[in-house]
Amino acid sequence: MTVPISWYLVLASVLFAIGTVGALTRRNGITIFLSIELMLNAVNLMILAYARLLGDQAGQVIVFFVLAVAAAEAAIGLALFIAVYRLRRTIDVNRLNLLRW
Amino acid sequence: MNQLWLVPLLPFLGAAVNGALGPRVPKWLTTLVALAAPGGSLLVALVVISEWRHGAPAPFEQVLYAWTRAPLRIDVAFLLDPLSAVMTFVVTFVGFWIHVYSTGYMSHEKGYQRYFVYLNLFMGMMLLLVLGNNFLVTFVGWEGVGLCSYLLIGFYYDQEVPPQAGRKAFIVNRIGDFAFLAGMFALAQRFGTLDYRKIFAAITADPHALQTPYMLGLSFAAFVAVCLFAGATGKSAQIPLYVWLPDAMAGPTPVSALIHAATMVTAGVYIVVRTNALFQLAPGVLWAVAIIAAATAVVAATIGVAQNDIKRVLAYSTVSQLGYMFLAAGAGAYAVAIFHLATHAFFKALLFLDSGSVIHAMSGEQDMRRMGGLRKHLPVTYWTTLIGCLAISGVPGFAGFFSKDAILGAAWQAHIALWAVGTITAGITAFYMFRMFFMTFHGRFRGTEEQHHHLHESPPSMTLPLVVLAVGAVVSGWVGTIPFLHRDWLGHFLAPVIADVGHGHAHAEHGPGLEAFLVGASVAVGLLGIFVAWRLYGRDRNLAGEDAFIARFPAVHRVLANKYYVDELYDAVVVRPIAWLARMCFRVIDTIFINGTVHVGAFVTELIGDLGRFTTTGNVRNYSLYFFTAVIVLFCWLVF
Repeated sequence: MTVPISWYLVLASVLFAIGTVGALTRRNGITIFLSIELMLNAVNLMILAYARLLGDQAGQVIVFFVLAVAAAEAAIGLALFIAVYRLRRTIDVNRLNLLRW
Repeated sequence: MNQLWLVPLLPFLGAAVNGALGPRVPKWLTTLVALAAPGGSLLVALVVISEWRHGAPAPFEQVLYAWTRAPLRIDVAFLLDPLSAVMTFVVTFVGFWIHVYSTGYMSHEKGYQRYFVYLNLFMGMMLLLVLGNNFLVTFVGWEGVGLCSYLLIGFYYDQEVPPQAGRKAFIVNRIGDFAFLAGMFALAQRFGTLDYRKIFAAITADPHALQTPYMLGLSFAAFVAVCLFAGATGKSAQIPLYVWLPDAMAGPTPVSALIHAATMVTAGVYIVVRTNALFQLAPGVLWAVAIIAAATAVVAATIGVAQNDIKRVLAYSTVSQLGYMFLAAGAGAYAVAIFHLATHAFFKALLFLDSGSVIHAMSGEQDMRRMGGLRKHLPVTYWTTLIGCLAISGVPGFAGFFSKDAILGAAWQAHIALWAVGTITAGITAFYMFRMFFMTFHGRFRGTEEQHHHLHESPPSMTLPLVVLAVGAVVSGWVGTIPFLHRDWLGHFLAPVIADVGHGHAHAEHGPGLEAFLVGASVAVGLLGIFVAWRLYGRDRNLAGEDAFIARFPAVHRVLANKYYVDELYDAVVVRPIAWLARMCFRVIDTIFINGTVHVGAFVTELIGDLGRFTTTGNVRNYSLYFFTAVIVLFCWLVF
């Protein structure tokens, strides 16, 4: 039996929503980061579902690109957080608010 | 004759070359360029004028190009006629020798190159003024010489007084220039052209058309004549706008000789003579010219009596002599005005250069009370000054005698009161010139020991122009009345320039008895002035005569030494109210309206910024919330 497209879309939407709420509500920088990864992968899932439904290989190629960008972004982001941690001894984003009025 | 355009161009070229070379080139190169420009201009002018004299007697016009086109066509064009020929000769000749003198006088000054750039520029502008064939070209020169005058008065810009004097000259001249412009506009509106010959041809063809009422209760001719004469009072330092000229002495002395004695200040006389057709059609204005001129002559002469600065004596003398020229013009004797202009250019330039030579020898001292006895040390300066003083005093044989006599003759015909004022002025003139002469060159030396040690005759580059101009101060009078050549040669030469619209003052020939009386009276008054000066200041009396005079008439001396308090009067009536108005403008318009508008704008900007900046919390989660909210809003907007 084939899984209907709507299931993929519902799963992707739920994952995306979880990621969004996580990114907005969490205070730990790493967790925010993970939430963003979750959102990216929700989108990847959706793209793959459509690619399969439409029989278009281009969707899979795009997903590879997204993964590559996400990997690079994760590397840079983690490096930044390590640097911030060394400096401030915390990665609580509520306390990283130097650039304010 | 086709090289006429080179006459004004060469000085401009000299100014441009020296200006481009800058102050760091060797001095001889600057000097070479600075002298080649007016020298070349003088040579070309002589060649062109003699060629033109030997050809047709008609005026020669050279159109270079059309400046503006219809409806008001104005050409950049030059006009060579008897009037501009005389002016060009005087300007280039006197100008060249003053350039030569300047190379000696300015040799130790800083700004040597800058000085000659300005001086060459002045020559070009002055030649543009006299050679222009329409009002606009003349006006460009008119403003140009005003600019150069300003630059050269303020030449010593690192001192306090010269820049102020320059500003005063410029601003006072602007008042006259405004009137000049108004007259020019009226002419352009009426005739549709600014070309001298076209306008005067139209006037001569139908003189009565210009006598209908025009504006301010004046006829057209009178209105334009008043405007042009008001311009002339500014440029030529007549009452009420003469106050800038004595202050202009703050500039280098050769500048005073060239600009503020020989050439620029005579531009007003030139323009009145040039537009004599209009003045003839406005007899009332002509009377006003004559009265103002006579008043200027006598007022300036009396002030000159009580001045101790050698250059100020000469400055007031210049104002007074310019009054003489306008007196001649006002009496309808235009050729005589130009005659006196030419002779005055020689002897007054000479006297200024002499005073420069004295100041040079005295290490910058200008106060005559600290001079005296310079005869032994400055023989050339002494003798040339004597010639200049004799010339201005109207001693027979010297230039001033002929021109002054001609003016007094014309004044006699106009009105006996004008003649009387002129004759009295002649006596005062002779007195103050010889007062200056005796105070400077006779008696004992009253300066410091250091100055005495430094006394020396000027170098040949300065004494040669003195000798040349001294010769001019003698012989330039003869062209008016060479007994065995042609009586009133200059008058006949200039006759084509004088319009015949049948309105000037009557011109009957004097009888020989009257002529002898007039000549005798002016010579007697002149000699009397010299005699009084000799009694008071000669005979090694030093300052005893001066002190006796002050002790005898303290009030008179105080009024004269303070120049009739005219500067104070202008300060109270004009300068202070305008300064007050400017302060009010600053306080009300500037502070309240303009600053207010800007401040309101700034306040609103600040308010919006103050409100908006609270969104910048520095908290990353807030920013991401904005971002997602915006994404949702955009999504909704695009989809629904």
